[in-house]
Amino acid sequence: MPAVVEMLGITKRFNGFTANDNINLIVQKGEIHALLGENGAGKSTLMNTLFGLYQPDEGEIRIRGERVNITDPNMANRLGIGMVHQHFMLVEPFTVTENIILGMEPKLGAKIDIRKAERQVQELSDRYGLRVDPKAKIRDISVGMQQRVEILKTLYRGAEILIFDEPTAVLTPQEIGELMQIMKNLVSEGKTIIFITHKLKEIMAVCDTCTIIRKGQYIGSVAIQDTNVDDLASKMVGRHVTFEVDKTPAQPKGPVLQVQNLVVEGNRGADALRGLSLEVRAGEILGIAGIEGNGQSELIEAITGLRKIKSGSVLLNNKPIENKKTRQIVEAGVGHIPEDRHKHGLVLDYTIGENMVLQTYYQSPFAKRGVLRYNAIYEYARKLIKQFDVRTPSEFTPARALSGGNQQKGIIAREVDRNPDLLIAAQPTRGLDVGAIEFIHKKLVEQRDAGKAVLLISLELDEILNVSDRIAVIYEGQIVGIVQPEETDHDQLGLMMAGGGKGKGGK
Amino acid sequence: MISSMQTSRWNAILIPVLAVILGLIVGGLLMLLMGYNPIVGYSSVFQGIFGNMYFMGETLRAVTPLIFAGLAVAFAFRTGLFNIGVEGQFIIGQLAAAWVGAFWTLPTGLHAAVAILVAMIASGLYGGFAGWLKARLGVHEVITTIMLNYVALFAANWTIRTYLIGASERSKDILPSASLQAQWLSDLFEGARINWGLLLALIFALVCYWLLMKTTTGYELRAVGFNPHAAEYAGMNVSKNIFLSMLISGALAGIGGATDVLGVNGNMAISAGFTGIGFDGIAVALIGNNNPFGVIFGALLFGGLSFGADNMQRVEGIPTESIQIVISMVIYFVAAASVVNWLLGKFRRRQGVSQK
Repeated sequence: MPAVVEMLGITKRFNGFTANDNINLIVQKGEIHALLGENGAGKSTLMNTLFGLYQPDEGEIRIRGERVNITDPNMANRLGIGMVHQHFMLVEPFTVTENIILGMEPKLGAKIDIRKAERQVQELSDRYGLRVDPKAKIRDISVGMQQRVEILKTLYRGAEILIFDEPTAVLTPQEIGELMQIMKNLVSEGKTIIFITHKLKEIMAVCDTCTIIRKGQYIGSVAIQDTNVDDLASKMVGRHVTFEVDKTPAQPKGPVLQVQNLVVEGNRGADALRGLSLEVRAGEILGIAGIEGNGQSELIEAITGLRKIKSGSVLLNNKPIENKKTRQIVEAGVGHIPEDRHKHGLVLDYTIGENMVLQTYYQSPFAKRGVLRYNAIYEYARKLIKQFDVRTPSEFTPARALSGGNQQKGIIAREVDRNPDLLIAAQPTRGLDVGAIEFIHKKLVEQRDAGKAVLLISLELDEILNVSDRIAVIYEGQIVGIVQPEETDHDQLGLMMAGGGKGKGGK
Repeated sequence: MISSMQTSRWNAILIPVLAVILGLIVGGLLMLLMGYNPIVGYSSVFQGIFGNMYFMGETLRAVTPLIFAGLAVAFAFRTGLFNIGVEGQFIIGQLAAAWVGAFWTLPTGLHAAVAILVAMIASGLYGGFAGWLKARLGVHEVITTIMLNYVALFAANWTIRTYLIGASERSKDILPSASLQAQWLSDLFEGARINWGLLLALIFALVCYWLLMKTTTGYELRAVGFNPHAAEYAGMNVSKNIFLSMLISGALAGIGGATDVLGVNGNMAISAGFTGIGFDGIAVALIGNNNPFGVIFGALLFGGLSFGADNMQRVEGIPTESIQIVISMVIYFVAAASVVNWLLGKFRRRQGVSQK
């Protein structure tokens, strides 16, 4: 039997830049096939070619042994190819069912037969263990369920080959586990899955085969049983990568940040922080572990002056900063690597150079009497780009044009170079590949070794365990325990994060 | 990448130019369809703009307020705000200038400067009010500025009728000391009402560019326009910038209104409807890609075609509406830049392949 998908010698160029150079991808029916590569390696280009969004310049595609010319996504759908996009394409005020049937509604006369549709959705959902409520509105359901709606959309359209585009980037650890199970259910029902990712553990956990591409080049395909994480990582990056963060024991000094009995209102009116207290000392990295939505974002916003504090105090170097303006707090010595780099970290339409001075543009030497000195700005940007190895064609390139990892490096360059006493890093490696993660962890440790305080907030337990000197677990707006990373493990942390069992030294 | 940056800069110029050409072609086809000869039509438009010094001077007179209106719209737009209220702010500027011009007594030249300054402040505050409503109360600026247009129109009519009334439904004439007209300039253009306002418009285009691109204020305004969230995270005051942007936008519209009163008619008419200049400013800004220099180009095109169209109707009997269609098509092609971009892409790709 021929392979269900064969992409042979695919080459795709954009304005002289070769995104895919003679790439092969052969996927057998009923397998979960990983497509592994760093950000910008050409994974999305290859998949968009398979999905009919791009036409290859060279090479051929065969589906179930037959040579095809996939001219548009509708044709891909007809061939049984479905794509679960990383950024959901859902109509928020519509129900789950309405979103799924959009474009191919079952009719009852001139009316949409919503009953029938709901029944069909329910059946599909039950069959693959997707557990969605057909009548719920998209805006009311969790990110994980929204993703399952995207999966249902492709199944409803009869997809046999499902492309998952970095599906775990937006999920919590629990949801990731659920997704893995769903993927296994799907292949056991005869579906085929192409899984785009750069998370090696997930590949090891769920895939059968892995195709690796690097900088647009085909590196090879391996069976998962014949490989391991280190091997995959070095194939992906092209050199040996360390996962252990190289650091000496912390030598903490006096407190830099002291948060006491902080109460802050969340977006929905209820208190998101309920008397939270913590302390970060100079020369240490305090990691905050917790499930998303337990007050992490509100804590950061409260410290940085972006959210009003109802009661409690925040001291920076023993001076109160609660309810001060963001600019005053920045000037007092707080650096902030925000969780959402596109929304909060960068002005994407500004050049990478202009982004380097987003907080300091009004200060000398970048401005004089209200007039910008672009020479100084770009000279500074060139220095940071070099020092932090930001891969960009030039300092005049719009931030939008950079890859995610390099955008993040730009933000880290900006925040670290201001040399703040307290550096807040929220999910600093989200969506990045191992090379960039290694770099960013190194920079956080360097800040610590320079005697600065670092507050790391992350949903990735591995990151928390590897990088932190102390771990504070947040649950429902309070710190429920503080543990040492070398004395704890996933299970204990997971339990505490879920509100069960208290660690020692909880405040 | 460097070359792609140059391409995008080229496109910024190329797209409007192509849009104009496409607009003229479509307009020409429509004239043919209506039974008129487009070559005759366009050449009489051309005559109406460049035919003699008087026409040229009057064209530039018509272009002047459009530059201000276009700058006002473009400036707000760069900060992410859609100021539909340029019309009302323009009217407030006219009224303020008419008032100061008629009632205050000051030396020649200074009088005009003070009248313009007062108009700037009045219109700036009027626009700033909409900005304040948005920053403080979250009321969308499109709603407030549309409503404020009506308030401005009827308040101006009432004020003229009650306090300023001169001859035949118009405000009292301004004193000669407040005039922006120059005899030698008028003489040069065979009596056209071209005035110092044009020079002011060009200066303010430069000022706008400098303010937006070269100052810390402009850096903040643009950052807020592109991404208010990141601006807030970086410590910028988003509310202040929204207010400031509308204040400056309104002030620009106000100068436009002032030069119209002080430079052209010398008074302000009680009017049943809007001047339309503020709304035309939206089109001008769009053609000019919200760039201050682009706005000059857009105003020249818009003002030139509109003014030249009168000649076409007078001489050839072709209705001016056909030129309105041309202008609409130009705007359409600019707005649908993706269409033009797509055409360009096809063209480039073909070239690229043949080079290889």
